[in-house]
Order: sequence, then structure tokens, then C-alpha cells
Amino acid sequence: MVTGLINENPIIYPKKERRLRTDSSTTDEFTPEPIDQLEIFDHIRDIKDPEHPNTLEDLRVVTEDSVEVDDENSYVRVTFTPTVEHCSMATVIGLCVRVKLLRSLPSRYKIDIRVAPGSHATEDALNKQLNDKERVAAALENPNLVEMVDECLPSEE
Amino acid sequence: MTLMDKNLGLVEVQKLEGHTDRVWNVAWNPAADGVLASCSADKTVRIWEQSSLTRSWTCKAVLEGTHTRTVKSLAWSPCGKLLATASFDGTTCVWENFATDSESVSVLQVHESEVKSVSWNASGSLLATCGRDKSVWIWEILPEYEFDCSAVLTGHSEDVKMVLWHPTMNVLFSCSYDNTIKIWCSEDEDGDYNCVQTLGESNNGHSSTVWSISFNAAGDKMVTCSDDLTVKIWKTDISRMQSGEGYVPWTHVCTLSGFHDRTIYSVHWSRDGVIASGAGDDTIQLFVDSNSDSVDRPSYKLLLKKEKAHEKDVNSVQWAPDKESRLLASASDDKMVKIWKLASEP
Repeated sequence: MVTGLINENPIIYPKKERRLRTDSSTTDEFTPEPIDQLEIFDHIRDIKDPEHPNTLEDLRVVTEDSVEVDDENSYVRVTFTPTVEHCSMATVIGLCVRVKLLRSLPSRYKIDIRVAPGSHATEDALNKQLNDKERVAAALENPNLVEMVDECLPSEE
Repeated sequence: MTLMDKNLGLVEVQKLEGHTDRVWNVAWNPAADGVLASCSADKTVRIWEQSSLTRSWTCKAVLEGTHTRTVKSLAWSPCGKLLATASFDGTTCVWENFATDSESVSVLQVHESEVKSVSWNASGSLLATCGRDKSVWIWEILPEYEFDCSAVLTGHSEDVKMVLWHPTMNVLFSCSYDNTIKIWCSEDEDGDYNCVQTLGESNNGHSSTVWSISFNAAGDKMVTCSDDLTVKIWKTDISRMQSGEGYVPWTHVCTLSGFHDRTIYSVHWSRDGVIASGAGDDTIQLFVDSNSDSVDRPSYKLLLKKEKAHEKDVNSVQWAPDKESRLLASASDDKMVKIWKLASEP
């Protein structure tokens, strides 16, 4: 089944330094801390690319700026950038990001996933597919796809 | 109708707990008071019955072990004796006895992949199914629950989300991920079904996936909803069509936009003229034609908006079939089925 890689020589970028969360002295332990951009980026940065040993962060498929979050309204949007315009793995990457966030975020969250404008040849079709929850549900009942997704997700520590 | 004048609210009557995953659809039995069925990603169908004594609903049966994947949709036959269920496992099952250990009386296995919707025609003699394989199938029901395929309709360019027969005529409606609604009927002697009309963006149709279709009681108006965040009303001249003049096209009446802010998954028109919509924004909203008593152009107004009707996406809203009770059932990603009553607020 394995044919040539879609992107044989991806550029590897340096990882962003992991910031420690600083506890603000003004809040006490009973005040729930809002979920922020960095927290969501931390959930998805270590997802492995489906065809390379590198992470989505290494390949700059996602960066901290890929994440838009509105905690008050329980909304997050992740905009990822496939490494090549014709990346056929984009659907799998989108599924991985969605599954990871579904597992990591409180269930009140609404999640939108899209590719960066201009980053993919079939951008509109891809975005429509990634956000059709019936198609996502059906994909996640497909054992082959689930296996692919699971292989890309970092093991929970 | 005086609906607009009253101080109406959507009052939660009961929360039906039991499904262990997202509930995709609910359907009231058209021939039995207070009986409804729900289907879920947990691969089961639940039958709920209202007690005549306590007036509350309990789960009477769980139909399980037959479908091996998500049960996406379900439909009661007009007589209420059969229930058809459509599943991502590629099969459509027809059930007769609704006991927990019962087996389906028929299994229709032709779609190449997920079956997404199923519908009975008005007389209960035909069944339609549709799915991800972009096709719509029409089945004729023979004695002994034999189902004979009488048509395979191809025309949609993407997966077909829902099929629905017209409430009085043998005209079939389908809506799709390809943003269109297609209308199928048989105009000649040979009984072959053809696509007689496509309602797309170029004739004031939807600009994204069309998720659901419903008709008013008279069958001369249709409501559709979409991922484009709008609800659209359509009409036709039903008397001309019933008089045998042949197919009379449907035309766009109006578009309700700015009400939901995420995908609208379900619309349903009640017997007394109230349109309910359920969406990914967790709300249920109700609309009525405030000019329904006059000859003026129809004017659909928001009757009420139920915020946080569920904790997650609302996938299905269905009015009870009788004209008096004003009961609405809803199904959600939060695993719940809820029963609501449209009633005057105290």
C-alpha cells in the first residue's frame, strides 16, 4: 500500500519553548482558570504527523496562533496549515485534532477545525467535510481510520 | 391562530435518560398516543411509552444487537405497527414487535456504506432509503414483509442526508451534502421515478448541506434547514397537482436567517402550524406565520427561542402527531431525549 510520501522532505522547525503556567496571585484555588490559547495548543502540539515521525508543531502545521478560543462562550477554532497544497493527509490531520480536543476539552465546547486560507487545493471541500459531524461520526466508526488517528495521538501521560 | 398573542413558553415535561451516546433522531408513533422511538450512536433504538396513570414516560424496550454501528434515523409506518431504522452499518431494519428481545422482520442491505435516512409513504406501501453512496432507493412492500426494490435514484452528487415522502402524494423529497433538495415522482404509466425538480442555490435554495425537510399539514408548504444557518419555506399549488395536472413545481417563499448561529440539523412543522428548529447552538426555536389568517403574504416570525434546550447540539425536533397536546420531542448529543410542551407561561 505504501507509495511515495506526499511530502518527502518536510521542513522541521524548532519547537516552541514550553512555558510554565504561572499562578496568578490574584486568583485563589477555587476560581476556575479560564482555558486559554496556550492550553489548547498544548493539547494538540504533540500530535504526530500521519506520514512523518515529527509532530504537528515541528512541521508548523499548528502553532499557538492556530488556536482561537473564547472560553466564556465555550468555543474553539483551530486553523491548521498542511505542509503541501495537495496533502491528502489533511483529512486525517483534521480528524486527529478534533479527536484530541474532544478528549481533552470540557464537553461544553463547540469545536471548528479548518485549513488555513490558501493552504490547500480543495480548501472549501475539506473544511466542509471536517465540520460535518455526521461524516466525522461515521469516520470514527471506521476501524482503519480510528487506528490511523490513534497512532498519531500522543499517549496520555 | 392566536399563537403570537399569548405569552407562550416551551416547558420541559420530562428528560428521558437511557442512551449512552449521542441521540440522532426521535419519532412519535402516528397511531398510538404518547409512544415514541429514539435512535443513537450507542447502536440501539429505544421505545418510550407514556403511562396513562402517571402521565410520565418510561423506556419500554431497547432494540439492540442488530445494528452494529450508529442508528442514524428511524420512521414509523403510517399504521404505527412497523418501525424502520437506518444505520451506519449499511442496513435498514424493519421491526414489528417492540420488545427488548425482538428481532427485526426484515433487513434491507444494499447501500454500499452508511444509510442516513428512511421514510414511509402516506399509505405505507413504499419505503425510501438514502445514504452516503449518493443514492436513494425506493422499496415496495410485499406480503410477508418482503421488500422489493422498485427504483434506485441517482442524481445527488454527494451523500444524501434525508429522504421524506410528501404527506399525501407519492412524491419523494431528498436533501443532500451537495446543498440541494431533489424532488422525485413518477409521471408516466411505467411508474419510473425521475427527478422532476432540483431546488438549489440558483433558485433561492441553500448554500450548504441541507439537513432536514418537513411539510405543513396541508402538504402545500415545505420547510428545510441547512448548514448555511437558514430555514427556508417553499410552496406549491397542491390542488392543481392533486387534480392530475401533472407535476407542479415548488417555489421559494422566504428565508429565515439570523436566528441560529450554528448548523441547523432539524426542522418540523406541527399540525397547527408551528415550525420547530433544532441546531448545533443547543437552542430550539419556534416560528409561526403571523399572517396565516389573512390573504396577505405569509410573514414568519420567531415565536420563541429556548436557549440551552440541551447541553449540546440538538439533532432532532419532532412534534407529537395529534393537534391538541402541543408536545415536542427533541434529541441531542448530550445523550438525552426531552419532551417539551408549548404552553402559556404562568
